[in-house]
Amino acid sequence: MSRNETYVKAVGRALADAMRADERVFVIGEDVAEGGPYTTTAGLSEEFGRERVRNTPISEAAITGVAIGAAQSGMRPVLEIMYIDFLTLALDQLVNAAAKAHAMSGGQLTVPLVLRTQGGAGQRGGAQHSQSLESWLTHVPGLKVVMPSGAADAAGLMAAAILDPGPVVFVEHKALYFRREDVPETIEPIELGRARTVRTGDDVTIVATSRMVGEALAAAQELAEEGIEAEVIDPRTLVPFDLDTIVASVRRTNRLVVAHEAVVHGGFGAEVVAAVQEAAFDDLDAPIGRVGAPFAPIPFSPPLEDAYLPGRQQLVDAVRRLSVGSPSLRLPYIGAGLTSA
Amino acid sequence: MNSDDALRVLATMERIRHFEERVARLKLAGEVFGLIHVSVGQEGVAAGTCTQLRDDDAVYSGHRAHGHALAKGAPMNRVMAELMGRETGLCRGMGGSMHLVDVEHGFLGATGVVGGNVPMALGSALASRLRGEDSVAVVFFGDGAAQGGHVLETFNLASLWQLPLILVCENNGFAEFTPRSAHTVVERVSDAVAPYDFARETVDGNDVRAVWSSFGGFLERARTGEGPFLLECLTHRLSGHYVGDPAAYREALAADEWRKLDPIVRLRTSLIEDGTLDEAAADAIAAEAIAEVEAAETFGRDSAYPPESLTAEVAYA
Ligand SMILES: Cc1ncc(C[n+]2csc(CCOP(=O)(O)OP(=O)(O)O)c2C)c(N)n1
Ligand SMILES: [Mg+2]
Repeated sequence: MSRNETYVKAVGRALADAMRADERVFVIGEDVAEGGPYTTTAGLSEEFGRERVRNTPISEAAITGVAIGAAQSGMRPVLEIMYIDFLTLALDQLVNAAAKAHAMSGGQLTVPLVLRTQGGAGQRGGAQHSQSLESWLTHVPGLKVVMPSGAADAAGLMAAAILDPGPVVFVEHKALYFRREDVPETIEPIELGRARTVRTGDDVTIVATSRMVGEALAAAQELAEEGIEAEVIDPRTLVPFDLDTIVASVRRTNRLVVAHEAVVHGGFGAEVVAAVQEAAFDDLDAPIGRVGAPFAPIPFSPPLEDAYLPGRQQLVDAVRRLSVGSPSLRLPYIGAGLTSA
Repeated sequence: MNSDDALRVLATMERIRHFEERVARLKLAGEVFGLIHVSVGQEGVAAGTCTQLRDDDAVYSGHRAHGHALAKGAPMNRVMAELMGRETGLCRGMGGSMHLVDVEHGFLGATGVVGGNVPMALGSALASRLRGEDSVAVVFFGDGAAQGGHVLETFNLASLWQLPLILVCENNGFAEFTPRSAHTVVERVSDAVAPYDFARETVDGNDVRAVWSSFGGFLERARTGEGPFLLECLTHRLSGHYVGDPAAYREALAADEWRKLDPIVRLRTSLIEDGTLDEAAADAIAAEAIAEVEAAETFGRDSAYPPESLTAEVAYA
């Protein structure tokens, strides 16, 4: 049994289920008792009360610390940082405390914390409300990083994140929030660290995260019309990362394009490229392509933001370059708006 | 503080003092590693507070944490082994001096990030509230930490939510090499919380009886769910900021005067004066502490370093 549900509703339902199942689970963040700016937590305070759905002042550093302390003391907080852009204010606690507590205590402390946040552009939010900063988080041992691309995954991954014994950063995408999908009536946890093959194909592998998964599917459809069958893989979690599924695919397709909305430069895609070439260099028939945003702050003006954002067209171009061996392959990376000539 | 309490507090201070003096020597000898901050002269704060707590009360500390850990019940031999990076250490050699943790005794930990412990302690107080328990959270921080944004944010949150948190500020007048007057115009840390309107006291932190009674009063109220509280303990570290600090910035201070204000000397003298102890009994308390330190040193030295595999083993829970 399933229901057709938006991404926000699926996340909210996973939270409510977890709160019903486990008294230790509580939600904390700015305006969470009011549902938050995207209504993700709507209805929770009515059901669970304002002690367990706890509004906070605008104090990202302190509330992150509070959530960590509560987690160390046996609770299971789900902390919301309203925009990933404001994670900057919480990073000390996340990086220096949450990520390391288990290790530094020799295994004594655990921090079963889920830090929910959302990123991504496309809504004219400007450079401070649109970023994709997940690669910073993947650089910190001790954190897990989850990036769901659809409602069903969002629900199942949230359920798993709450059950996880350590700190998990759960990065939602604001442009996906009101997209609908069939979501199981009973939300089952989806194991962290398992990629999902969203589409199968033999000619090229596209690894895409979050909003770029939908773009990759659209690109694959367009490519299919010219006879190129793309396999689309969504890693779903960046840490832990399911390299095996991707390498197995590349061994078949011999071509790979990696796509995320974050800037290409220093992005998580670079890590994927490095890992795949190490594991499957001899299987590659072309340099690995990268699709992402150019190395510039996100512009506000609608035509500029649209040009800046990577999407279907950049993916199609990147795959065509690989397939036909165009000279543009020698560019250090394929940045949307910079190389889509 | 009755005479049994006083004896326990004196013994705790002696244990901390002798432990840290030994640690300082072992650091200079290359047997203890890392950045070592000792609290020599400030032991009255740790001993006057932690000895009143239970294992289920959460205590957080900062970079100058040995005293708080020992007073909260962490076994001295395992603290020493930790400082020596050994597998038998409190954190199996993964933490070191600034990251001591002893979950069994409710010492949820020290941090090397100044002030970072303060919001976490509030989180433990929140956990206690949400579970309907009467345990409390206590956090030790310095006068330097009090200017941190995360600390000021926590003052606001703690008062807003009225959680059973006791903030204990050890105001030793210095942050590293800089006097408080160069960091803020707010002379007393207790004044920094004034707008939040919660119970606060500033005491002579070298008068362990004063620390005990003020903290005890707050603790009694925190047990009933009241809070937060701020106890500011004015104190003085008799040695440098870290082991090896030439402390040139403090030339002007009259070290002799502070020696007279040593919390150990003061409690010991008062207990002898009021007849609780004689000189020999007081010396025996110190001798016992020294013997424990000797044993801890041997324990640490005789312990193995952890296996290399430990690093990966504890990276994720
Ligand atoms: C966030 C942060 N900034 C700077 C430091 C370096 N540092 C270590 S101790 C210290 C001074 C702290 O002073 P105070 O809080 O008064 O504690 P005390 O050393 O006097 O016990 C500084 C600046 C640090 N560890 N963490
Ligand atoms: Mg100080």
